[in-house]
Amino acid sequence: MIHAYLVPVLKILVLLNALLVSVTFMTLLERKVLAWVQVRLGPMRVGPYGSLQPIADAIKLLLKEDITPVRADKWVFTLAPIVSMVPALIAFAVIPFDRDATFFGYRVSLFIADVNVGLLYLVSITSIGVYGIILAGYASNSKFPLLAGLRASAQLVSYEIAVTMMLVSIVATAGTLSMIGIIDAQYNARVWYIFLQPVAFVILFIGGLAETNRAPFDLPEAEQELTGGYHTEYSGMRFALFFLAEYANMIVVSAVATTLFLGGWLRPFPHVAVLGFLGYVPGWIWFLLKTFVFLYIFIWIRATLPRYRYDQLMRLGWKVLIPLGIANLVVTAILKVLV
Amino acid sequence: MMPITPYHYLVLAAALFAIGLVGVMVRRNIIIVLMSIELMLNAVNINLAAFSYQLHDAAGQVFAIFIVAVAAAEAAVGLGIILAFFRNKETVNIDDMNIMRW
Amino acid sequence: MLEAIVFYTLATFILGFGVMVVTTKNPVHCVLFLVANFLCVAMIYVLLAAEFLAVIQILVYAGGIVVLYLFVVMLVNLRRPPDAQIDTRRQARVGFVLAALLLAEISAILMYSAVHPSSVATIAPQVASGGNTETVGMLLYTDYLVPFEVASMLLLVAMVGAIVLARREA
Repeated sequence: MIHAYLVPVLKILVLLNALLVSVTFMTLLERKVLAWVQVRLGPMRVGPYGSLQPIADAIKLLLKEDITPVRADKWVFTLAPIVSMVPALIAFAVIPFDRDATFFGYRVSLFIADVNVGLLYLVSITSIGVYGIILAGYASNSKFPLLAGLRASAQLVSYEIAVTMMLVSIVATAGTLSMIGIIDAQYNARVWYIFLQPVAFVILFIGGLAETNRAPFDLPEAEQELTGGYHTEYSGMRFALFFLAEYANMIVVSAVATTLFLGGWLRPFPHVAVLGFLGYVPGWIWFLLKTFVFLYIFIWIRATLPRYRYDQLMRLGWKVLIPLGIANLVVTAILKVLV
Repeated sequence: MMPITPYHYLVLAAALFAIGLVGVMVRRNIIIVLMSIELMLNAVNINLAAFSYQLHDAAGQVFAIFIVAVAAAEAAVGLGIILAFFRNKETVNIDDMNIMRW
Repeated sequence: MLEAIVFYTLATFILGFGVMVVTTKNPVHCVLFLVANFLCVAMIYVLLAAEFLAVIQILVYAGGIVVLYLFVVMLVNLRRPPDAQIDTRRQARVGFVLAALLLAEISAILMYSAVHPSSVATIAPQVASGGNTETVGMLLYTDYLVPFEVASMLLLVAMVGAIVLARREA
């Protein structure tokens, strides 16, 4: 009885801690990669090669004064960062890192829940995240955050349609909503879905960039136009929460893309016997590697592409991605019936 | 403690429906009146889900999904009307919405 | 036992948030309580083994409809909301009386039928099975195909209507 509750609680604790630590170090990775792209060194002072920089940042943010604007809506002002952080964290409940793995002689499954609505759960949870941004913009009682909040929410709502359409294509291909079921379907089909559904992959990745407000779709945070975006009035730990929520969302998008398109924990070419030595690497390490590749591409894109204009962003979303998505879904459905 | 039966869910739904009804009757901000209607629709959905659970029949859930679709349509059109009205009269008070009543 | 604890907690939250929606003055806070209410109702659906409905509830209601409400509230945010002064109309009092009557009547019927269960009501509730997405989907696309298509037409009409209504140069 105790065991039935203890193991999941332990798993959740380990996952949350690992997630928060990796989110913290994502900031260092981003600064380092951006610096290398621009032939700079990046943070070098704190720790060897700046490796302790995130800890220094965290201490700085914790010790900073936490300012609430006088005319702000105080309750909502406090609520907004929490609302933007929580969905990013609970989305991990359905992401499978591996079917099971052995630690110290115990065999544990490396996912928290395999629910039969897994993918829909993810979509619905991420659709809650938009509240954090709107509420931050509203509660600050200030022009620029409000504009940024409205921009961000319009952007999120628009791109959500295309992304959801692509997820439906994947579900139609795999024939299941369960995340583990989708990975099993890729194993049985002997091919990663990135090769079966390349259009879906591209649209989902672009949509993922837009939904996490990353460059080149980082209009809500455009410093030149909006002095920083919906978190302009925030400081200290509450600002840090927004910041961490963005990175946590990036990890969610990367993990979901890994599961849906790169076969999750499956090693490359799982049916080729010659490459059997790859099987000695545990599945969850493959999963983390693939996720890391996506995260690296996120940062790489930020260093490469200039920001879109707002009307261009909306045109891309509504006039290109959504029609393409519908076409892809229809073709997938027809092929599914024929084959 | 008494086990949870479908009646518990029905009482909960009835109470939620009554709250929504009070909202519709008492509030004068038309947006909040619409939100109270959403509360009442949710109460109905709880009923449907409870019956579906008791009768082992997913038809109740299908009807709940239809209600969600209708609620979405209602919200879209209702809020559109409110916006159009607000542009003309600069108010969302339902007591001022009487220009059709001559 | 666990189910009872979860149910009573959720019921308290649902009714509490419902009352807050109806009584709060600031419309933005109203919308927030409405979201909280919908999320708790979604958990009630999970308790009733209707996971698909729960996810639809969050996706469509909390993530879609209420965002729309929030946008409209911000567009029409007034310095002096209509409910600022205390309501003294007769309609308000009548509303409370009506709601109380309704609640009493429904509760009485439910109490009566709980004491005298009919043959249908004696079926024991099913243990929550693996999932119901497939069942609901099959029903939607076979028995209820025509209503399903009608609902999609309704949504299309609503979409066109909303765009026409909200257009500035109407």
